[in-house]
Amino acid sequence: MPDYHWPPMDQRRAIGKRVARLDGLQKSTGQAKYNSDLNLPGLLFGVLLTSPHAHARIKSIDTSQAEKLPGVTSLRVIQGAGKELNWQGQEIASVAATTENIARDAVRKIKVEYEVLPHLVKESDLGKAGTRAKAAGEVTTGDPEKAFQEADAVSEGLYAIPVITHCCLESHGQAVEWKPDGVNYYPSTQNLSAIGAELGRSIGVPAAQIHSHMDHVGGGFGSKFPPDLWGAECAQLSKASGGRPVRLFLDRKQELLIAGNRPSLFAKIKAGAKKDGTLTVWQSESWASGGIGGGGLNADALPYVFRNVENRKINHTSVSLNTGSARAWRAPSNQQLSFVTCSALDDLAAKLGMDPLAFFLKNVNLSNRPDVYKYQLEKAADLANWSKLWQGRGASKGPIKRGLGIGVSMWGGLGHDSKCKTTINPDGSVAVELGSQDLGTGTRTCIAQVAAETLGLPIAAIKVTIGDSSLPASGASGGSTTIGGVSASTRKSSVNALQKLFEAVAPQLGGNADQLEAVDGRIQVKGTPSKGLSWREACRKLGVSKIEEMGENVSRTAIRDGLINQGTAGVQIADVSVDVETGKVKVNKLVAVQDCGLVINPKLAESQVYGACIMSICAALLEERITDQQTGRVLNPDMEFYKLAGLADIGDIVVHMDIRPDMDKRGVIGLGEPPAIAGIAAIANAVANASGVRVAGVPLTPYRVLDALGRRTA
Amino acid sequence: MQAFEYANPATLAEALKSLGSSWDEAQVLAGGTDIISLMKDDVAAPKRLVNIKNVKELGGIAPHAGGLRIGATATFDELATNAAVRTYPAIRTAVLGVASPQIRNMGTAGGDLCQRPRCWYYRAGFGLLATKDGQPLVPNGENRYHAIFGGGPAYFVSPSSLGPALIALGAKLTLESASDKRTVDAAKFFLAPGSETEREIDLKPNEIVTGILLPAAAGEKSATYEIREREMLDWPLVTASVALKISGGKVSSARVVLGHVAPMPWVAVAAEQYLLGKAISEATAEEAGAEAVKGAQPLSQNAYKVQLAKVAVKRALLAAAGKA
Ligand SMILES: Cc1cc2nc3c(=O)[nH]c(=O)nc-3n(C[C@H](O)[C@H](O)[C@H](O)COP(=O)(O)OP(=O)(O)OC[C@H]3O[C@@H](n4cnc5c(N)ncnc54)[C@H](O)[C@@H]3O)c2cc1C
Repeated sequence: MPDYHWPPMDQRRAIGKRVARLDGLQKSTGQAKYNSDLNLPGLLFGVLLTSPHAHARIKSIDTSQAEKLPGVTSLRVIQGAGKELNWQGQEIASVAATTENIARDAVRKIKVEYEVLPHLVKESDLGKAGTRAKAAGEVTTGDPEKAFQEADAVSEGLYAIPVITHCCLESHGQAVEWKPDGVNYYPSTQNLSAIGAELGRSIGVPAAQIHSHMDHVGGGFGSKFPPDLWGAECAQLSKASGGRPVRLFLDRKQELLIAGNRPSLFAKIKAGAKKDGTLTVWQSESWASGGIGGGGLNADALPYVFRNVENRKINHTSVSLNTGSARAWRAPSNQQLSFVTCSALDDLAAKLGMDPLAFFLKNVNLSNRPDVYKYQLEKAADLANWSKLWQGRGASKGPIKRGLGIGVSMWGGLGHDSKCKTTINPDGSVAVELGSQDLGTGTRTCIAQVAAETLGLPIAAIKVTIGDSSLPASGASGGSTTIGGVSASTRKSSVNALQKLFEAVAPQLGGNADQLEAVDGRIQVKGTPSKGLSWREACRKLGVSKIEEMGENVSRTAIRDGLINQGTAGVQIADVSVDVETGKVKVNKLVAVQDCGLVINPKLAESQVYGACIMSICAALLEERITDQQTGRVLNPDMEFYKLAGLADIGDIVVHMDIRPDMDKRGVIGLGEPPAIAGIAAIANAVANASGVRVAGVPLTPYRVLDALGRRTA
Repeated sequence: MQAFEYANPATLAEALKSLGSSWDEAQVLAGGTDIISLMKDDVAAPKRLVNIKNVKELGGIAPHAGGLRIGATATFDELATNAAVRTYPAIRTAVLGVASPQIRNMGTAGGDLCQRPRCWYYRAGFGLLATKDGQPLVPNGENRYHAIFGGGPAYFVSPSSLGPALIALGAKLTLESASDKRTVDAAKFFLAPGSETEREIDLKPNEIVTGILLPAAAGEKSATYEIREREMLDWPLVTASVALKISGGKVSSARVVLGHVAPMPWVAVAAEQYLLGKAISEATAEEAGAEAVKGAQPLSQNAYKVQLAKVAVKRALLAAAGKA
């Protein structure tokens, strides 16, 4: 078997280089085409009619006026008379028409009579949830009661983190063209290779007759795996319109209502420690909701990271709400777990009168990777200037108070199933093809770097093609498994192809294929540049037949190959200012220290962390889905009151990738999710440190901060 | 959005003729940054839009009677870059605070005064007074951004940032219909509607706001202080616009107007009276802030805005007096 191992760190020429993303220029100049931009000949526009009510039964539905509208080519009822609707935004009917305006006019002309039913759209007050609340997990270890009696300090608090949405800038949707000989499918997805077969199952078309294509995706964050109901609807509208292509993307309101969300978490936490800061006991009662399906949680995951605390008593309740359903949100559950855990521990440190940095360091032994967390805490503290800037809670003077806070994270990784084909042409050109997708993380670029490294070529010599179902299948981009999957499969297919090239030229170089190497655009006897051929000359020896070799990463057994790994740690420290007269929080700086094994492209890795930090700042300071129990409506399904941060709100972000040789040796590990976990906790703790009070919930707007400061003057 | 007719007049007379006797018939289109959103959300559905941006006499910023005339279609960007506007810091700060370059390039002064409230119940179709089955939704609902003064039956807040600044500076507005011309004090232009059919400004469907008349800036110290949740593309939670005349180190006249706290810009009369004869200091500014919020009636979630109003007044006064 050929040797697939990564070359040693100091010998790499393409991997580990700060290469700018290959599609960066295309994206920043608007040349990159997203499927929501697609303007196929004869394109029709699809629009959904959705429920205005949180809970209702359809008494009757009359589509006759809509169907008569000139320009309407097809109309489908999704939920007919008698059907129950369980959340605002639930799909009722779909329309395709020659223009978007006609489709919208048609939707407005569909007459629906509703019987409005009782709803629950708020979970903040568990007492009001009644039968909608269900026990969802209990864990007890050790003897919590005794441990609380013996603890030197006990702190108690309520911590709340609301439902937020994914806010993909490219909304969910697709274009579909249902031709007699097959279906062309242009989704916006994190799962290009497999999504066509899934669509096929729901519309009764064999996978072989579905061709899926996507060059770019405008954000997914865990919410874009399945074809969804609107995918099937779009296909059916196309079929019913004689096979004309239909483009149906959710509008912004629908996107915020039904395209997924991150569940909330409310936790009443009591924690105890010894004088020296050792955490001895944890007790939490929590509840959550992500919509009609409730809000489950792995109770055993608490306290987050510091899970090996001896005495624990945990219970969790899931609340079902009449709101759109949750979907995986960039490290599902981890933001919430990190936020409630780090907040409670920070409060416990304050109770002990202890510097939280010392407190977290004291407890790294309760984590699964003590040395890594120790290193990262110290590194982050250093970058945040902790020893100079940190003061006790509320000790900062003046109306604008400064504070620091810590958050921690952990995540898995490994790599999804992935097949890759490397082609070496007789003219020397190289193609690398796989049915993966680039979520904006730089997957394309990293694939090119791995192939370039392996073949001893410049990155520009590699033509990477992804995003088409005719290519070798690659897994869904979820769970931070993409870089693991594609780097391993690309490495293998490229090593395999190179081996074939070695075999073709070995006779001329007077040696054995095993003794050859590919370096700097040459094929040569190992260590002997004089005995070699240029890459082009070598490829010419192939005559008329190109080399096409496959490589495969099998998720289940991948760890044995030694190319990829799992398990990341991260520490983030926030430096904030709080204007205690207005409750306004400003992030001065967010420091992120993160490991992810062997880093293929440090620039892209850092960029990934920057993006994740920005998301965390949004969620810490601004983001929240606001529902109204009186009307059952979400009141801010728009980008005006569902607030994301702008540049001026973000502050400095300092990223340090933990690329020590020991980390590198572990192999490639995904980074999609890990850096999006710890920032909210860090910012919330910094605000507590600055203001001197714990704000029970995020986002940290004046509304909440002033409340906590007791400055409500009513 | 419903289909609509589009009128594109070149003269004021033509524009006025294109308007109708009800809002359903016709509405003015200036920068379109608000009216188009309202139409997309099916909150407004006029049969005709009358574009006024090609009406020359509605534009421009020019000296007028010792002060300044701001044409109704002058954009935020024009206001931000105009040298004469700099002599009115209260206006300039309000202008720079507006949203984003895109909104500043399109949004107009007249549009700012006539834009509709952002109350989320109103924008979701529950009417200007936000009711369901005859019951008001705001008092027991999600009211963190709503009124702390003058609430009931309207609880929305006036969205205009220019309004409070103009009132503080004693501006007047000129309005015209096909048959009439009138001038109103900016302070009287904003109204709290008592019923669903009333509008929150003194404007009739057949009228156009033609311009804003500002008195001379000389001798007046003005400032606006805004508090926002986020720094861009956002509405203030509270603003305070103040204008002071100071002689011999003492305040001889004071205007203190709060924005985003009531269905109309809210003149803080008690604060104005308190300031007369006082020198502006941390202490007097603080006290004026406290005076300004006396009588506030916060709702279930928005008591924090009382604190914000207090601080905004204090900081605006200190800024106006050059002590910030
Ligand atoms: C995200 C966001 C943030 C914002 N933040 C702020 C802010 O901080 N402060 C602030 O003040 N504003 C803010 N705005 C609002 C913005 O200032 C207004 O949308 C803009 O001023 C409206 O001007 P326009 O010319 O686009 O009006 P249009 O949308 O064209 O018209 C608005 C309304 O006024 C009527 N109208 C317009 N001109 C006249 C006239 N001359 N005579 C009679 N009627 C007229 C129209 O018929 C319509 O009803 C924000 C807007 C957005 C989208």
